[in-house]
Amino acid sequence: KDKEEDKSKEEDSCSQQNRTSRRKNCQNKNGDGKKAGEEGSRQRGKKAPTKDQRESENKERKTNKKEKEGENKQKKDRKNSTSSASSDSSGEESLSEEELAMLMEQVEQKKKLISTMRSKPWRMVKKLSVLREAQAFVEKFEGALGKGKGKKLYAYKMIMAKKWVKFKRDFDNFKTQCIPWEMKIKEVESHFGSSVASYFIFLRWMYGVNLVLFGLIFGLVIIPEVLMGMPYGSMPRKTVPRAEQATAMDFSVLWDFEGYIKYSALFYGYYNNQRTIGWLKYRLPMAYFMVGISVFGYSLMVVIRSMARNANQSTADGDDDNFIFSWKMFTSWDYLIGNPETADNKFASITTSFKESIVDEQESNKDENIHLRRFLRVLANVLIICCLCGSGYLIYFVVKRSQTFSKMQNVGWYERNEVEIVMSLLGMFCPPLFETIAALENYHPRIGLKWQLGRIFALFLGNLYTFLLALMDDVNEKLAEEDAVKNITHWMLLGHHNSSAGNSSTATPPPLDPADVPRGPCWETTVGIEFVRLTVSDILVTYITILVGDFIRACFVRFVNYCWCWDLEAGFPSYAEFDISGNVLGLVFNQGMIWMGSFYAPGLVGINVLRLLTSMYFQCWAVMSSNVPHERVFKASKSNNFYMGLLLLILFLSLLPVAYTIMSLPPSFDCGPFSGKKRMYDVIQETIELDFPAFVAKIFSYVANPGLIIPAILLMVLAIYYLNAVSEAYQRANAELKKKMQMQREEEKNKRNKAATPNPMLQDLEDILTPNTKSESQPKQAEDKKTESPTRISPAGKQGNTTALDRSPVTGGRGAAYTLPPHVFTTQPPPMGVWAPYPGQPRPRGHPLGPFPGRGRGRPRY
Amino acid sequence: MAVRQCRAARKRAAWGVRAARCPGRRCASTSAYKRFSELLPKEERNNACSARVPKSQILTLPELRANPFQHRICHVFSTSDDGDDSMSFEDFLDMLSVFSDSATSDIKSHYAFRIFDFDDDGTLDRKNLEQLVNCLTGQGEESRLSTAEMEQLIQNILEESDIDKDGTINLSEFQHVVSRSPDFASSFKIVL
Repeated sequence: KDKEEDKSKEEDSCSQQNRTSRRKNCQNKNGDGKKAGEEGSRQRGKKAPTKDQRESENKERKTNKKEKEGENKQKKDRKNSTSSASSDSSGEESLSEEELAMLMEQVEQKKKLISTMRSKPWRMVKKLSVLREAQAFVEKFEGALGKGKGKKLYAYKMIMAKKWVKFKRDFDNFKTQCIPWEMKIKEVESHFGSSVASYFIFLRWMYGVNLVLFGLIFGLVIIPEVLMGMPYGSMPRKTVPRAEQATAMDFSVLWDFEGYIKYSALFYGYYNNQRTIGWLKYRLPMAYFMVGISVFGYSLMVVIRSMARNANQSTADGDDDNFIFSWKMFTSWDYLIGNPETADNKFASITTSFKESIVDEQESNKDENIHLRRFLRVLANVLIICCLCGSGYLIYFVVKRSQTFSKMQNVGWYERNEVEIVMSLLGMFCPPLFETIAALENYHPRIGLKWQLGRIFALFLGNLYTFLLALMDDVNEKLAEEDAVKNITHWMLLGHHNSSAGNSSTATPPPLDPADVPRGPCWETTVGIEFVRLTVSDILVTYITILVGDFIRACFVRFVNYCWCWDLEAGFPSYAEFDISGNVLGLVFNQGMIWMGSFYAPGLVGINVLRLLTSMYFQCWAVMSSNVPHERVFKASKSNNFYMGLLLLILFLSLLPVAYTIMSLPPSFDCGPFSGKKRMYDVIQETIELDFPAFVAKIFSYVANPGLIIPAILLMVLAIYYLNAVSEAYQRANAELKKKMQMQREEEKNKRNKAATPNPMLQDLEDILTPNTKSESQPKQAEDKKTESPTRISPAGKQGNTTALDRSPVTGGRGAAYTLPPHVFTTQPPPMGVWAPYPGQPRPRGHPLGPFPGRGRGRPRY
Repeated sequence: MAVRQCRAARKRAAWGVRAARCPGRRCASTSAYKRFSELLPKEERNNACSARVPKSQILTLPELRANPFQHRICHVFSTSDDGDDSMSFEDFLDMLSVFSDSATSDIKSHYAFRIFDFDDDGTLDRKNLEQLVNCLTGQGEESRLSTAEMEQLIQNILEESDIDKDGTINLSEFQHVVSRSPDFASSFKIVL
C-alpha cells in the first residue's frame, strides 16, 4: 500500500500542477476513500467464491477486522498488522492443502482479471475500483502462499516487477514522444482523411530506415576512411588528373559530379585497397564489403518484419462479402476527419456509395453493357502496353546515344544530361496519361488505384531496367578499355623507374606526381555517378512539379478567379488533388535507386536522408496550402501492406544487379577498396586466411563445399514446400470453418422462421418422419424449446442495463476471427448443457444432435 | 473525494491510454489533462478534476467538430446525472481510451453500438438505422436518400446482419458483423 501511495504521489508530481497546500487535504481524503473502497471491495469479493469456500471467507473476515484496526494507526503499524494477519492465515492454511489450492486459484483469477482489465468495456471508475481490489487481494494472499524464506524473495520480486512495469511505461511514453512529425501528420489526416496520411506515415518510416542505413555507412565506411585513410592527393585514385585540374572546381563541373566530387569519399573509387588502416588496424575493404551486404540485409529484415506485423494486425479477412451494406453503414465513417470540408466530401461519397450499392443490388442480374465495357478495358490495356514499350525503347535509345556523346568532346549541357531529363519527363507525363486512359475502364476507385499503381510500377521498372542494361553495356566497354590502360600504366611506371634509375643510379627516383599517372576508367565510380545524378534530378523534378503543378496552379486559380470568364475553382483547372499513387511509387523507386547505388556511391544515402527530410516538410506544406481533398474520400485500410509489398519487390529487384556485379565482374585495377583482386568477394577469403586461425579457414572451406551447400539448399526447398503445404491446409480449414458458420447461420434463420409456425403441426410432422426415434426426440425437443424462449428474449432485455453488457466475453487472439465469436452463442438455442459431454469441442451446431431432432427438423428444408 | 478520483483517474490513464499518441508532450495522461483544462473557463481551471465541461465546450474540440455523431458521443460517455451531457475528466479519459489505438476492437465495437443506438434501448431498430443513415449522408437536401432507397437499404442491412430475425440488431449481432470488417478498428479512433 505504501508503494501505491508513492506511485500516486509520483503521478502527481508528473502532472506538475499540484499545490502543496492541497496535497495534505488530498491525502486525508485519499486515506478515507481507500478504506471505504476496500470495504466495498471486500463485500464484492465475497460474492465471488462458491459455497465450499466459506472457510477461506471466514479467514478473510478475520484479516479484515485486523486490518480495520490497523488502519486507524500509522502506516507502519498497518504493515505489521497485515503481515501478521497473513502469517496467521498462512499458518492456518498449511493445515489443508485444498484451501491452499483454492486460494491459489483465486489469486490466479484475480491476476487474470488484472491482465484482461483493459479489454473490458467498463467505466473508468469501475475499472479502477476493481483493479484496486484485485491488486490488493493478490498482494496480500500471494505473499502468504510462499513459505518462510520464500516470502522475502517474493517481496523482492514484486518490487522489481513493479519497478519494471513503471520503467516500461516510462519507456513507452518516451518512445511515443520520440516519434517525429506526429502533429503534422495528424493535421493532414484531419484534412484529407487517412489515405493521404498513410503516404506521410510511409515517408516517415522510410526516413527512419534511411537514417539507420546512413548511420551504418557513415560510421563504418566513410568516417574511418576520412580520418585514418591516406589523405587526399597522396595517391592517384585520390587525386584529380592533371588534365581536369583547371576546371575541377567549376560549378558546372561539380554539378555533374565530376571534378573534386568524383574524387571524394562519396564514391567507390576514392577508397584504398590497403588491408588495414590507421592505428586501429581497421580492415576497411572488409568493412566496405560487409556494410554493402548488411545494407541489404537490414532493409530486407525491416521490410519483412513490418509486413508481418501489418499482416498480423489485420484481423479479419476483407473478402467476406456477406456484409456489404452493414459495413458501409457501420464502418464507413472515418473518425479522424476533423475538417468540415472533408466531412462534406465524405458525406457525399457515403451517399453515392449507398446509392450505387442499392442500384447494384437491384440490377445485379442485368448487365447489358458488358461487351462494351470489356472492349474498353482491353483497349485501355493495349494502349498502356504501347506506352510502356515506347518509353522503354526511348530510354534505350537515349542511353545508347549518350554513350556516343560521351566519346565526343565539348558536348552541350543537354547532351550530357539527356538520359536523366528523358527519364524524369517520362515519369512526369506517363502517369497522368495512364490516368486518362484508365478513365475508360470505369473501375471502383480503390481497384482503380491498384491498377494505376501497378501500371506506373511497370513503367518505372521498365525504365530502370532498360537504364541498367544500357549501363551494363557501358561497363563492359569500360572493362575492355581498362585492359589497355592497365598495360600502359604498367609500362609507364616501369619506364619511369628505369629512366630515373638510368639518369642517377645513386639517388632514389623522384616519385611520379599522382596527378600524372594514367588511370583506368573505373567503371564502379561511373555507375555510382549515374545513380547519384539520377537521384538528384529526380528530387529536382519532383519539387518543381509540386511547385508548378500544385502551388502555382493553386495561386492562379485562387487569385485570377476574381477576373475570369468562368469559375476557375469549380471549373476546368480547379485545385490539384494529392496524387497518392504517384507519390508512393516515386518514393519506392527512389529507394530502389538508393539501394542499387549505395554500394558504388556510399554518399548516396546521405543525399537521400536530406531528400526525405526536406520532402516531409515541403510536401506537408504543399498539401495543406494548395491541394483539395479527394472527391471520393476512401480509407487506406489495407494499402499499407501493399506499399510494403511494392517495396519488397523493388528491394529484391535492386539486389539482383548489385549481386551480379559483385559476383561476376572484376573490380577495376586502380580504384576502390577491392582493386588488385580478381573478384570483390575475395576480400572475405583473404580476411579468413590472414586474420583467423588456420582451423577457421578449414571449417570455412568445408562449409563452402558444394557437397554441403547443395543439400542445404535442398533442405530449404523441402522446408518451404512443407510449410507451404501446412499453410494451405490451414487455409482449407479456415474455408471449411467459414462454410460451417454460414451453414449454421442459415440453419438458425430457418429455425427462427420455423419457430414462428405453430408447433403441434411440426411435431406431427416429426412423428411421421421419425417414428422410431420418437421417444428420444420428444424430451430433447421440449428441452430445446424451453431454453429457446428465454434466450430469445434475453438479448433484447439484457442490453438495457450496462452491467449485463459488461458480460460480453473477450475474443482472444487472432484465431477468433475465423471461428464464431463466443458471444454469438448467446443467441443460439441450445445451451451448453445439451452437449455437456463435449464442452471443449468446437462442434458445429447441426451435427452433435445427429439423428434425433436435428434430422427431423432440418431435413425438409434442404 | 473528487480530488482522489481525479488523481486515480490520471494514474489509470497512464495505464490505459498509454499507447495514445501524444507528440511533444510529457505523457498521455498529462496531455489529456491539458486538453481538458483548456476547455474549462479560466476560474475553474485549478480544480479541473472536479469540474464538468458542458457539452457545448466539448463540441468545440476539432476532433469532434466535423463528426456527425458528436452529440451521441457526448451522450454515451457522459456520466452526468441531470442529462445535460456534460463531461467530467474521467468521462473525457474514458472517451479517449476507447478511441485510442490500444483499445481492443471489442471495446470499440461495444461503444460504437452504443453511439449508434440513438434511443438507448439496447437494440438497433429500423428507426435507429434510419437516423444513422441520415447522419452519414449529411444535412444537405440533395444528398438525402429517397424513402424508397432508405427502405431498400435498411431492408438489406437487416437481411445481412439480423441473425435472429427479430427485426432489430442487438449488440452481439452488431459485434459479429463489425469484428469482420477489415477497417473498423483503424477508422474508429481519434488522435488527440
